[in-house]
Amino acid sequence: MLLNTLLLALRSIRRNLLRSFLTILGIVIGVSAVITMVTLGNGATLAVQNQISSLGTNLLQVRPGQRMGPGGGGGAAFKEEDAAAISSQIGGIAAVAPEARTGATVVANGRNWTSSVIGSTNDWLITGNWKVGQGREFSDDELRAGSAVCLIGETVRRELFGSAAAVGAQLRVKQVSCEIIGLLASKGQGAFGNDQDDMVLVPIKTLQRRITGNNRVNTLLVSMMDGSDSTRVKASLTQLLRERRKLADTDEDNFNVLDTKQLAETMSGTTKVMTTLLGAVAAVSLLVGGIGIMNIMLVSVTERTREIGLRLAIGALEREVLLQFLIEAVVLASLGGLIGIVLATIASMVLAGVMEVPYLFNPGVNVLSFVFSAAIGVVFGYFPARRAARMDPIDALRHE
Amino acid sequence: MSEPAAGTVETGNAVAGTSVHPLTVASGEMPLIRLQGITKTYGEGTTAFQALKGVDLDIHAGDFVAIMGPSGSGKSTAMNTLGCLDRPTTGAYLFQGVRVESLTRDQRARLRRRYFGFVFQGFNLLARTSAQENVELPLIYRGEPAAARHAAAAKALEAVGLKGWEHHMPSELSGGQQQRVAIARAMVTEPAVLLADEPTGNLDTQRSREIMDLLWRLNVDHGITVLMVTHEADMASYARRIVRFVDGVIADDTPNPHPAGLNKPAPAPTPPSKAA
Repeated sequence: MLLNTLLLALRSIRRNLLRSFLTILGIVIGVSAVITMVTLGNGATLAVQNQISSLGTNLLQVRPGQRMGPGGGGGAAFKEEDAAAISSQIGGIAAVAPEARTGATVVANGRNWTSSVIGSTNDWLITGNWKVGQGREFSDDELRAGSAVCLIGETVRRELFGSAAAVGAQLRVKQVSCEIIGLLASKGQGAFGNDQDDMVLVPIKTLQRRITGNNRVNTLLVSMMDGSDSTRVKASLTQLLRERRKLADTDEDNFNVLDTKQLAETMSGTTKVMTTLLGAVAAVSLLVGGIGIMNIMLVSVTERTREIGLRLAIGALEREVLLQFLIEAVVLASLGGLIGIVLATIASMVLAGVMEVPYLFNPGVNVLSFVFSAAIGVVFGYFPARRAARMDPIDALRHE
Repeated sequence: MSEPAAGTVETGNAVAGTSVHPLTVASGEMPLIRLQGITKTYGEGTTAFQALKGVDLDIHAGDFVAIMGPSGSGKSTAMNTLGCLDRPTTGAYLFQGVRVESLTRDQRARLRRRYFGFVFQGFNLLARTSAQENVELPLIYRGEPAAARHAAAAKALEAVGLKGWEHHMPSELSGGQQQRVAIARAMVTEPAVLLADEPTGNLDTQRSREIMDLLWRLNVDHGITVLMVTHEADMASYARRIVRFVDGVIADDTPNPHPAGLNKPAPAPTPPSKAA
């Protein structure tokens, strides 16, 4: 009987193909909107998390100037001794790396390449989560003496050496020729779309004395130990730097501290809220789609009054008529759900490509949307179906 | 839920089965249908309208009864009551010995799908549904498997002279053909009783005669008891018995010794024209 009812429902949907399609349009749009929003939202959250964790977790970036980012200048640069002071005076810290940076054209193997040259210590590798893929780190002597040695990123290696061996070769930065002692393992795109592998790392003294000719330190990278309280570390760090920079109590900080973990949490929190919000808006459209189904089912029941009267007269039971219309609504709604899922998959894939976020197939939201659309069919189909089933066959047959 | 009642009806059918031919019905036997003091009142209080005012009627298996009467005489109400579509306000309705008036809605539905066939003035075919599928409809509610449905529907359509028209939609058929599909739908379940409510009301004289010939054949060849409401004396002349309603009571109940359908040849099948 159930199979027959299902066939009856499918037959009646097929008989009114255009109307059936218009009926489920609301559900189609609702389901595809929910799935697309959630899928893209998840992708965006993941992208943000990936990019921020590539900066290094538990990392504090300290820069001169009152605000983060461009235009935030105004404060004096740090000194190398600031890094040493932080490392020795504040607890819960794993590594502190002073960083100085300059842009320069580097030449090797008969080719040249414009890259950024970073001066720091081996601690820079810890704070930035870098691995030495080939070769070695700096030795203490090289760091102390400011020797002409360097480690290069994957992009620089590829551009200058191609398939040739790089370790042991000479690389000229401006007028200084240094020996490549190691290669850094690739990290790929950074949080702000930059290529993190496009860099050359030299001991900070080498950069200051031989390349830039000044002793400025642009950034202090502070890596905290796992489980240390970043708020407390940040507070002591600020206090220490204020003292070292001789700021009066009334002065504002002339440096800023950026907490990557906090940044990661804030940014992924924001995308999650956005995802939930958009998903909720889309869910409302699903509800509207359900009301659309009820509306059309009511029209359909009224329009088919004579048909219902006939079915009842020739011996259809009340529940058979109820089931027929209920199944019709559920089949319609589920069909809408299926079409919605297909559309959402296509839309998510295309939009993920356009927005440059990863496409993550989320089975949970797909199954849930489908079940939800079928449930909408039951809920909004029940009232019209009951109306059909309760009809009096005589009145229904007389209906014009 | 309705099993006890259905069971009783089941046993009752054995009686109907033994009395397929009208002429074998013994006068002392329990009639197929017995109405006793049936009244039907619509509405309540001052607006109440009594459509039937105490109707007694026995109908034996194999009979062909024409029910006539002016509008508002209660003939349609009587027909709805006879067809188990409606319950009388008071009185008893026995169908094969079963008290129909005390059955629930669903029990009456089961009774209808088992023993009754309906033909309406307005044909009431499902639109955009082929003749074949229309005829199969009652079998679906009886839970017949698809193969049996197809075979039975094809046979019924052939019996009404519509072989070759199985896959036409109602909109592609003439009125007479549509009514023949409706008759096929009513007879496909091999009902004990066929109720026809002004079956020729929407048809011209020629088509009306064809329909009446069909009903006559169902009565004679298939032993189906036919109850027909009609305005036209011409059509009523096909019946073996004519019952007239006036003001909610039976005014006249006369046998018709020479039904118009006697000695008529079977209708010739009309194959679908290529032009259509």
